[in-house]
Amino acid sequence: MKWSAGILLFILLLAIVGPWASPHAFQDTNFDAVLRSPGIAEAHFFGTDEFGRDLFSRTLLGTRITLMVAVVASLVSLIIGVSYGAIAGYVGGRVDAVMMRFVDTLYAMPFIFFVILLMVTFEQNFLLIFVAIGAINWLDMARIVRGQTLSLRKREFIDAARLTGVGTARIIFRHIAPNLIGIVIVYLTLTIPQAILVESFLSFLGLGVQEPQTSLGSLVNGGVKQMEGAPWMLLIPAVLLATMLMCFNFLGDALRDFFDARHSL
Amino acid sequence: MSLLNVKDLSIQYGESTVVDKVSFVVRRGESIGLVGESGSGKTQTALGLLGLLPRDARLTGSIRFKGSEIANRSDRELDRIRGRRISMVFQDPMQALNPYLRIGEQLRQVLLQHGLASGVKADQKVVAMLKRVGLQDPERQFRAYPFQLSGGMRQRVMIASALIAEPDLLIADEPTTALDVTVQAQILDLLETLRHDTALLLITHDLGIVAGRCERLLVFEAGKLVETGATTAVFASPQHEHTKTLLALAPRIDRGDILPPVTDKTLLGVEGASVSYRDAHHAELVAVRDVNLSLRESETLAIVGESGSGKSSLVRALLGLIPLKAGRVVFAGRPLEGAVETRAKSLRRDLQLVFQDPAGALNPQMRVQSLVGESLLVHEPALSTPERVQRVTASLATVGLDESFLSRFPHQLSGGQAQRVAIARALILEPKILICDEAVAALDGSVREQVLKVLREVQVNTGMSIIFISHDLAVVRSISHRVAVMYLGRMVEVAETRRLFSAPRHPYTRALLDASPVPDPLVAPQSAPLFGEVPSLIRPPSGCVFHPRCSYSDARCKDKRPELRELDGGRVACHHASETLLKQA
Amino acid sequence: MLRYALLRLLGAIPTLLLVIVLAFLMVHAAPGGPFDDARSPHPEVLAAIEATYHLDEPVVQQLGRYLGGLLRGDLGPSFRYPDYSVSELIGIGFPASLKLGVLAMSLAILVGVSAGTFAALRQGSMTDRVVMSFSMTGISIPVFVVAPVLVLLFAVKLHWLPAGWSGSAGVAKYIVPVVTLALPQIAYIARLTRASMIEVLSRDFIRTARAQGLGTRAIIRIHALKPAMLPVLSYMGPAIAAILTGSVVVEQVFGIPGLGASFVNGALNRDYTLVLGIVIFYAALIIALNLVVDLLYGVIDPQVRQR
Ligand SMILES: Nc1ncnc2c1ncn2[C@@H]1O[C@H](COP(=O)(O)OP(=O)(O)OP(=O)(O)O)[C@@H](O)[C@H]1O
Ligand code: SF4
Ligand SMILES: [Mg+2]
Repeated sequence: MKWSAGILLFILLLAIVGPWASPHAFQDTNFDAVLRSPGIAEAHFFGTDEFGRDLFSRTLLGTRITLMVAVVASLVSLIIGVSYGAIAGYVGGRVDAVMMRFVDTLYAMPFIFFVILLMVTFEQNFLLIFVAIGAINWLDMARIVRGQTLSLRKREFIDAARLTGVGTARIIFRHIAPNLIGIVIVYLTLTIPQAILVESFLSFLGLGVQEPQTSLGSLVNGGVKQMEGAPWMLLIPAVLLATMLMCFNFLGDALRDFFDARHSL
Repeated sequence: MSLLNVKDLSIQYGESTVVDKVSFVVRRGESIGLVGESGSGKTQTALGLLGLLPRDARLTGSIRFKGSEIANRSDRELDRIRGRRISMVFQDPMQALNPYLRIGEQLRQVLLQHGLASGVKADQKVVAMLKRVGLQDPERQFRAYPFQLSGGMRQRVMIASALIAEPDLLIADEPTTALDVTVQAQILDLLETLRHDTALLLITHDLGIVAGRCERLLVFEAGKLVETGATTAVFASPQHEHTKTLLALAPRIDRGDILPPVTDKTLLGVEGASVSYRDAHHAELVAVRDVNLSLRESETLAIVGESGSGKSSLVRALLGLIPLKAGRVVFAGRPLEGAVETRAKSLRRDLQLVFQDPAGALNPQMRVQSLVGESLLVHEPALSTPERVQRVTASLATVGLDESFLSRFPHQLSGGQAQRVAIARALILEPKILICDEAVAALDGSVREQVLKVLREVQVNTGMSIIFISHDLAVVRSISHRVAVMYLGRMVEVAETRRLFSAPRHPYTRALLDASPVPDPLVAPQSAPLFGEVPSLIRPPSGCVFHPRCSYSDARCKDKRPELRELDGGRVACHHASETLLKQA
Repeated sequence: MLRYALLRLLGAIPTLLLVIVLAFLMVHAAPGGPFDDARSPHPEVLAAIEATYHLDEPVVQQLGRYLGGLLRGDLGPSFRYPDYSVSELIGIGFPASLKLGVLAMSLAILVGVSAGTFAALRQGSMTDRVVMSFSMTGISIPVFVVAPVLVLLFAVKLHWLPAGWSGSAGVAKYIVPVVTLALPQIAYIARLTRASMIEVLSRDFIRTARAQGLGTRAIIRIHALKPAMLPVLSYMGPAIAAILTGSVVVEQVFGIPGLGASFVNGALNRDYTLVLGIVIFYAALIIALNLVVDLLYGVIDPQVRQR
């Protein structure tokens, strides 16, 4: 857990300051220095691509964009999912049944293909990526929050609070919300890697972030095209992406164990 | 020769020893009771005997079964003994049967495993066994899933599976704790009649259960075996202090002081109350039907009845936690209506509730101080923080807890402490009526006595009224002034405590009393007074809802619903109430 | 059970209809409309499309025609390959994709369930930890990273595999793509199986079975497997969607002429009718398979069947 958090923090820091600190601008081409292998010479730490662009700054930029898309999209799905799930769970009854039926229907939809369809018809709009990822990820959050709220609502301490005169607002914020936070944090940690996956998948197919901007998915895609002559172009972003995903998953898992243990007390 | 010889059996988890050097023997065919409070190591001992402890447990000592050592043997060796030579019945039949497997299949597997029968032969044996444990239409039940059976039926299936291989020893761990008292009597009878020369180790916290049914007793305290002996001898002259305490604390329905009725000034009146729910299939389920009830000032009124009789639904409706479908409630001359949130503040503080499960009733994220003091924010917003803390401390003091508890979280409290915190939370508002819904059911002897004492004292000091819901008649007898008996959503009898216990008028009340175990081997155990189980609320029986189980029932009972009418200073809903007393004598 | 099955079937139809309508409208709502003259590469196609959709008519009427065509299995002509209809293109690509998908799914279930059960039975041991670390890695590395790296390794560096698809024969060429596609699903199913097996094995009825003398094998086979498979079964829906998504990448990278590859090409070429057709085809497939999963759920869980 500490390791995962540490590595993530390090990557995050690099992604934020990296592109500025790098000696080369990410979009500058240099046809005298194409497909250089990684090294300290000329300060192309990760080498260059077929246009002679510095891969170090491009990789860091890609990481930054990937992370930004994922975090923003996850926050969007968090807000939608938590409100939707909490309302369904707290109101209960018929409202809950209808709301959850809707979620079930959406679950059966092949979203990623819809997204691609959207990308095709609307010509790769950057905003669409957020919408797409948010649309997929809020479902899980809504289900989980709804289940938790429902079971909390049935707990006797809620009745006890109602009887002693505690108001609805206070019940929600003082009695229900604190008991939800743990699970929401856990699922947020697990939603971020999913969002990263969707974004980089789209970019890999060439349907996501557009040139000269880049993301880890686009970099992997670029790497595939040059993998015979310049394998580093594939391996560096691939390893970075996998490391990030792994760290998020491990962190989420560890957090879940932590909160589960506390719940069973 | 002894069948089972246990010597210096200890069970440890890391540093903590949960069973400590226990030695005892079980002889062929005898029945032994193993009693002790919750957490005294009863279940651990039983699991240890069969090698079923979790991996992190460490077992030492010797367990000789028919002369050969079985402690710490491999699963492969033990599998020849488990189910075949020694078998076990568990507490909760709901959990102990596989919900995904037909019950016939679950039994058949035992036969197959031990090579006792196979093919059609096995099926026939299973059907015969199901018949012996009292399942009607066993051929059909063979194909049923556990969820299609009632609790009592499931426990019968459990017993069938434990006895089908004709073992030498049957261990039954609280086999009736999850069941209603009338069904409990049936199951205990069944165990006795079916076991023949199978020895029985009956584990229970209830001394009443072992008193009439076991030849010898083992008394556990905190992992140690503190006393053993013939049942009659142990009851007559207990040697160990702990046994004495256990006996002294065991509530009895046949003796002890009874509180006389108090005033007859009505504080709360319920007229024609009905409550209904919708089940998963949207069918209406009337949990409380047309109930009339009155609570007097400064009295404790007990409501008793088996599971599903509607006790909790009734009080939850009058508290405004769930809607009342019909009827009205009058409190101190004012109508009580609508959801609790819509009621006047002053009315809300006058009615408070204490729940069965103390852990579930306390928000795990809040400290005792805010748990108890939270309601003052609403009802007495003018209080300053130190004043509020003082009120909380005072309230905790009435239930016997000091300031050191203020900053604790619920998980840092024992069951009894948590329940007292819950009571303190209710009392801080100085309610006129305190409703206790099975408030002591989860508590052991001494802790239960503490809580009951707190309730009695508060009542004497403040004059509040208490509605005390319980399924345990012995506890009810010791705390209530009057008792109301419910069955399948109806009120069937209301009377003052002395009259109800000495001369019950409703056949159901009689059956409840007869089925309640008495912790005294000299009082001969009654065989089960009632057959069958409580029917479904969705399709309640016609006429008198009790008629399918009533031995007095006749054609009129089937057609016509008996009204609650005055009799002997109490009220009874039975066509033949005036005759029941005669038959009994 | 019959009632349950019918209800599920009735529930699936509106979902499918919704998907079709949404997809159709999405294409038609595109700014300027994809079927504008200026953007069409082949005038004949445009004519054909106009004939099929009657572009001058209101959208609702066009939708009606499209749905009518769908019922006859007619998805209209391809926007880019005027000689083919969309249905024909799907017919060409689907067999390879089907083979790939079925093989990957079978492999994922087989290996995932066994590894998960194996780990559950040795909870906390070294084997358990190794299996779990592997599967965490498997979940975390996306298919589009694994696929090119494997190609780089096996085809480019080691020359163990034919680099192209069509030139080579036999099943051998399926091994690496199938494994690539199955890997994340193996990992996920293994974790799911392990967690649910551990949960089931801790239930009271397992203790009952042990007290009856049933051995570990019998307990797993008779008592534990069915309930432990329920969460895995629930995951089948998402797993199918994930395999379809993954096949898009795998076919692209390994050069397999399947449906996924034509989907990506269609998307990059802006072949609106083809992409629309494939989305609808995928949706129908996913919804149908979800229906099968639901029915299987009813077979395993008697309480569900009762409804
Ligand atoms: N897996 C475990 N790890 C650690 N301690 C345990 C474990 N299981 C039981 N214990 C402890 O062992 C002690 C004895 O438990 P046991 O279940 O035998 O009590 P019991 O007499 O059967 O109680 P009850 O009447 O509540 O069933 C308790 O203190 C309990 O907390
Ligand atoms: S009315 Fe009839 S059936 Fe009902 S309790 Fe009385 S005697 Fe029994
Ligand atoms: Mg126990």
